[in-house]
Amino acid sequence: MSTTNPFEDVSDLDRKRTIGRVFVALCIASTMVGIVALVTLLADVIYESWGWLSLEFLTYPPSRFPESYLPGGRGAGIYPALVGSIFLIALTALFTVFLGVGAAIYLEEYAPDTRTTSLIEANIANLAGVPSIVYGLLGLAVFVRFARMGQSLLAGALTLTLLILPIVIVAAQEALRAVPDSQREAAYGVGATKWEVIRDVVLPAALPGIMTGTILSLSRAIGETAPILMVGAATSMFVAPDSLLGPFAAMPMQIFDWARLPQAEFQHVAAAGIVVLLTVLLAMNAVAIYIRYRFEADLP
Amino acid sequence: MSDTGPAIETSIEAETDTARGDSGGVDQQTAETVLSARDLEVFYGDERALKPVNAEITEKKVTAIIGPSGCGKSTFLRSINRMNDMIDVCRVTGELRFKGKNVYDEDVDPVALRRKVGMVFQKPNPFPKSIYDNVAYGLKIQGKDGDRDAQVEEALRRAALWDEVKAKLDASGLDLSGGQQQRLCIARAIAPDPEVILMDEPASALDPVATAQIEDLIEELSRDYTVVIVTHNMQQAARISDRTMVFLTGGELAAFDDTQAIFENPKSQRVEDYITGKFG
Repeated sequence: MSTTNPFEDVSDLDRKRTIGRVFVALCIASTMVGIVALVTLLADVIYESWGWLSLEFLTYPPSRFPESYLPGGRGAGIYPALVGSIFLIALTALFTVFLGVGAAIYLEEYAPDTRTTSLIEANIANLAGVPSIVYGLLGLAVFVRFARMGQSLLAGALTLTLLILPIVIVAAQEALRAVPDSQREAAYGVGATKWEVIRDVVLPAALPGIMTGTILSLSRAIGETAPILMVGAATSMFVAPDSLLGPFAAMPMQIFDWARLPQAEFQHVAAAGIVVLLTVLLAMNAVAIYIRYRFEADLP
Repeated sequence: MSDTGPAIETSIEAETDTARGDSGGVDQQTAETVLSARDLEVFYGDERALKPVNAEITEKKVTAIIGPSGCGKSTFLRSINRMNDMIDVCRVTGELRFKGKNVYDEDVDPVALRRKVGMVFQKPNPFPKSIYDNVAYGLKIQGKDGDRDAQVEEALRRAALWDEVKAKLDASGLDLSGGQQQRLCIARAIAPDPEVILMDEPASALDPVATAQIEDLIEELSRDYTVVIVTHNMQQAARISDRTMVFLTGGELAAFDDTQAIFENPKSQRVEDYITGKFG
């Protein structure tokens, strides 16, 4: 008894499978380009900095003599710039959280749904795309010169605040918008005022999203060079900044300064600086991911 | 209320008149009107969601609102505690009186109104807080003094949830099952002791067992509270309510009578068609 294959008339599948495999291969290749580039970069930086990165590098001021940076040398490093960057980011965080969350709450919860409001919102989104050098020039004109802050830590922090404020506002607005209306209604339903609804229900639910957006923006700000270059971060600071209106150094500027020195050894010092900067940056991102993972409440 | 034999009306106006006239009867003390709508209309932009509604809702009874989808039953419910205020394009005309006071008067604060008229929503919406804090929230913001623990326990008992949660008051409200969450929301609504409880299809997201628990609870609650409940389930309305409002497409209140009369002897063909399942 011979059986005929009921699927005999289906003949186009081999060709389609091949197309499918080619497509997957292309997608994997696209992914690999990004990953390989990143890994190469990291490997190169770590390789360059090998032997130059020591505990002294974190605790000593920079030096003109490359041999001071080597273990057993007189000790030299990134200390003033590391502390300067941390102060800069802490101040920027303080300013951005209040201004950014305040603006987002107003726009999302209070502002009437008018053409003016949408115009403002559209422009905030546009501001997020303005090149950072423009903010640097603005900071130089407004804070350094007009407000007479000089080339100070405060002027630098305020400039970075302007730079990331639009991003923080947009992120905070998205976090507020993601709070389900059913949560707001629940609070209104038991006789809460608008302020109580925002304080007790909306903000706590939106906070993880707001924090995540803010930290990610700050980790962008900590690596920015152009704005603080314009505002006048110092490259030859040998002490940590000690006042808001005093001069300051920052890691990106310091790395830039090392990289342009003629002696070849300074390329290794710059690489060591990059490793420190990237470590701080990755640590901040890790905190952001942790907050999102840990506190994002699964609302009904 | 269910045996008012002679109260046979042919129109809503006549029905409303009789309800007022009823107050001369035996039920006087127990059947006071707590909510009354006078030519209440609701518009969303240019669209009319509710044709003029005239209705009297009696104290400490369960009033069910039924009707096909989009007939305005939720709109009517939300106009009672002014939840519609939150929608920018929503406009209300006419009067909705709570104990004689028009809640749409200039001098009425909707927050004050919502303290007297609590609400339970379609989907259980506990806060991502502990069970205790969920129930205590209304008490806290309304500044209700007294033994907070006792007030929370009382509300949970009334919501028939106490025995299930008394050992884990610190657990998140979100860890409860759907039916428990909805009873938690009921406890949250009744904790500050409102006079009216509005329920917007409170059992529609629940399984049959949880639904039955909620239905039993509603009957219990009507001893102390006036309950107005929107449901799309006609059997539910028939089981739990004393009075039934039937809205039909276009936002028209087509009938409002004792539940028994609505289901056994509907006055109009359209209402009968809806109730017998010919549409909707």
